[in-house]
Amino acid sequence: MFTIRKKELLANNIYLMDIEAPRVAKSCHPGQFVIVKMDEKGERIPLTICDYDREAGTVAIVFQAVGESTKRMADYEVGDTFRDFSGPLGCKSELIDEDPEELKKKSILFVAGGVGTAPVYPQVKWMHEQGYNVDCIIGARNKDLIILEEEMKKVARNVYVATDDGSYGFKGNVNDKIKDLVNNEGKHYDHVIAIGPIIMMKFVSILTKELGIPTTVSMNPIMVDGTGMCGACRLTVGGEVKFACVDGPEFDGHLVDFDESMKRQQMYKTQEGREILKEKEGATHKNGGCGCGGND
Amino acid sequence: MDMLTRIPVREQDPKVRAKNFEEVCLGYNQEEAQIEATRCLKCKNAKCITGCPVSIDIPGFIREVEAGNIEEAYHVISQYSALPAVCGRVCPQESQCEERCIRGIKGEPVSIGKLERFVADWARENGIQPKAAEVKNGKKVAVIGSGPAGLTCAGDLAKLGYDVTIFEALHEAGGVLTYGIPEFRLPKDTVVQSEIENVKVLGVKIETNVVIGKSTTVDELLEDEGFDAVFIGSGAGLPKFMGIPGENANGVFSANEYLTRNNLMKAFDVSYDTPIVAGKKVAVVGGGNVAMDAARTALRLGAEVHIVYRRSESELPARVEEVHHAKEEGIIFDLLTNPKEILVDEKGWVKGMTCVKMDLGEPDASGRRRPVEVPGSEFELELDTVIMSLGTSPNPLISSTTHGLDINKYKCIIADEEKGQTSKEGVYAGGDAVTGAATVILAMGAGKAAAKGIDEYLTNK
Ligand SMILES: Cc1cc2nc3c(=O)[nH]c(=O)nc-3n(C[C@H](O)[C@H](O)[C@H](O)COP(=O)(O)OP(=O)(O)OC[C@H]3O[C@@H](n4cnc5c(N)ncnc54)[C@H](O)[C@@H]3O)c2cc1C
Ligand SMILES: Cc1cc2nc3c(=O)[nH]c(=O)nc-3n(C[C@H](O)[C@H](O)[C@H](O)COP(=O)(O)OP(=O)(O)OC[C@H]3O[C@@H](n4cnc5c(N)ncnc54)[C@H](O)[C@@H]3O)c2cc1C
Ligand code: SF4
Ligand code: SF4
Ligand code: FES
Repeated sequence: MFTIRKKELLANNIYLMDIEAPRVAKSCHPGQFVIVKMDEKGERIPLTICDYDREAGTVAIVFQAVGESTKRMADYEVGDTFRDFSGPLGCKSELIDEDPEELKKKSILFVAGGVGTAPVYPQVKWMHEQGYNVDCIIGARNKDLIILEEEMKKVARNVYVATDDGSYGFKGNVNDKIKDLVNNEGKHYDHVIAIGPIIMMKFVSILTKELGIPTTVSMNPIMVDGTGMCGACRLTVGGEVKFACVDGPEFDGHLVDFDESMKRQQMYKTQEGREILKEKEGATHKNGGCGCGGND
Repeated sequence: MDMLTRIPVREQDPKVRAKNFEEVCLGYNQEEAQIEATRCLKCKNAKCITGCPVSIDIPGFIREVEAGNIEEAYHVISQYSALPAVCGRVCPQESQCEERCIRGIKGEPVSIGKLERFVADWARENGIQPKAAEVKNGKKVAVIGSGPAGLTCAGDLAKLGYDVTIFEALHEAGGVLTYGIPEFRLPKDTVVQSEIENVKVLGVKIETNVVIGKSTTVDELLEDEGFDAVFIGSGAGLPKFMGIPGENANGVFSANEYLTRNNLMKAFDVSYDTPIVAGKKVAVVGGGNVAMDAARTALRLGAEVHIVYRRSESELPARVEEVHHAKEEGIIFDLLTNPKEILVDEKGWVKGMTCVKMDLGEPDASGRRRPVEVPGSEFELELDTVIMSLGTSPNPLISSTTHGLDINKYKCIIADEEKGQTSKEGVYAGGDAVTGAATVILAMGAGKAAAKGIDEYLTNK
């Protein structure tokens, strides 16, 4: 049993929880994820590790209550327990093993879309702790869906907020902001790390390819076991089939077959999932859920 | 009584069972078991024993069954096998113990598997459990994986007084017994759970949700967590795909995914959250036990099911009993047929499969005749679901994170057969992780051998 130590509403429908899981807290790294199973009958739900405290033995997860399972999860309170909490799974972010001297010379831009801000945060925090300065764009449909802005400001050199409707920060989607930074503000970036809905990652990757900036994306396909046993999470990267749970979840954005992944992600959403999503999120869900506007 | 034929075993009617997940074979009752036991000649030089990978004293236990001493029969079997209720159900008996039975020369061999199953079920129903060691020796052993290899190794070591912890990646113990083999062949709540309980009764701790190679490593278990030895029984879980066009379409699954959703996650029961796209017209590609299980699962979920296999019926690697059951239930066998391409609709879903007819040519390395394509024989099958059941290989997660652990070109861990010793001191391995996908009884045998090897190592250390 894994106890919920903290619960916080970050934004409309987006929750943060600290879970007591000493084994995971001890060995996890930015870029990895866990699988949560709430109770006997629950699904195995993959969620990115957003933060961790090795001393306290806790791991932070951030999730958006979008469907049946995540909505049920939102009803859990501090002191309640999850039956299963497995991880860390997947590979750590490649930045962690990069040569520090090389990394120091690089100018890095993180692009976070909607709830994707959650997995971006620990990476930016890690970079900050190692003494690297990075920039970060947080994109969302509107002001109410911006999460972790204050936390991010403490660890990033520059934080740019972009909202589709202009209700806060820059008016436009994350791609508009990237173009703005590169073309109007004279910024130069050596690497982009984009994490958010697939559609956003797809369009960021198309843009950065034009701009010639190497790009890493974090894929979140449907998963079952998360250990390489079922193949549900397979995707095509550079013409090769990869399993996101063991080979990823981070991949080269210029090589991922996003269209195939988008179709695969719809597999279970076409049934009960989509009905709920429609009801909760209106027409926006077809944009990928976060409303970051990456679908232009 | 006709001594040449076996006492038939009661089974659920094919028409009825095709729609439920309850066990197909109902097993013998005591009367039937005792009569069947009289057919055994209790041979002095019992050939059947030589066919059993763990050399169970078959005439010994059958003698007790015949006399009605079922508890004694259980104790005889228990000396050799930790999972008799499982092996009695899923062992390929026809090519092991029963194949060598003297009775089989003229008539039907003794139903050794069914008798074994009867004894084990009787013991469970009558609350007979193995005894825990009275003296602990204070030495700690870590066992990775809770499949047949891990459970057996852990149980044997606990009986010898070791302090054993099993680390399991998934949220339930049992390995393939839990996530792979379906309910209708191997009931989970009764048979598998009680075999796991029997291991716990011996004092073995099971920690689920721990992925070795990620949550911690073999090296850390030895260096930081105070374990004196490690047994790796992590199985061969990595599914293969064919590499044909359309394979990533929606509606194409590995057998592992299909079976895991249904068995481990219980998707067939609507009160569980995990969904499954059951399919209306399903092709299962492959001809092994795994393929039969996937096909019969899809059938029970309401689909019309085709087995697509590139060789002929006599080469089907699945157990004869499973093929027979599958046919009875209405599975369609498209033999000498090989997929070329999966056809996909505009939304990314499977709509069919192009196949080609095959002919059997010269024998290949495996001694079976090699299938060759019949030119111009392509045809299309209309489908909405394809389940790939092409075999599995060991997951490199452990081997790639353990210093000094040698593997072969198939990514199988190299371990000696007698004691399970690997290239790394204090580390033992067995089961599918070493042999590649094989059988429950072989995995169990390897777990036993390694327990002996570990005991010798730690006693002499
Ligand atoms: C590596 C990884 C990291 C993730 N990190 C986060 C995170 O930090 N925060 C967060 O909010 N979400 C994250 N997700 C997505 C999250 O797992 C899904 O939102 C969640 O499973 C949806 O479940 P649901 O029943 O509430 O929604 P529904 O959309 O109603 O789900 C319906 C069905 O679709 C499946 N499903 C739908 N979307 C996904 C998906 N993206 N991944 C896996 N299964 C899916 C579920 O199995 C379910 O059966 C991550 C996914 C992956 C693979
Ligand atoms: C569908 C199906 C049907 C079958 N039918 C039959 C049959 O009828 N008769 C027969 O004899 N055999 C059958 N087999 C084969 C048989 O089940 C296997 O040979 C046997 O289970 C192998 O046992 P094992 O203990 O080596 O591994 P497994 O049973 O595979 O168990 C390995 C365990 O290790 C865990 N694990 C893996 N990696 C890690 C890690 N890094 N950290 C922690 N834990 C880990 C896995 O989650 C799993 O629980 C079948 C197999 C399948 C898939
Ligand atoms: S364990 Fe398997 S091979 Fe051995 S006697 Fe039992 S059924 Fe036969
Ligand atoms: S070979 Fe057959 S008849 Fe002889 S002991 Fe074994 S089971 Fe009995
Ligand atoms: S989730 Fe099963 S292989 Fe990746």
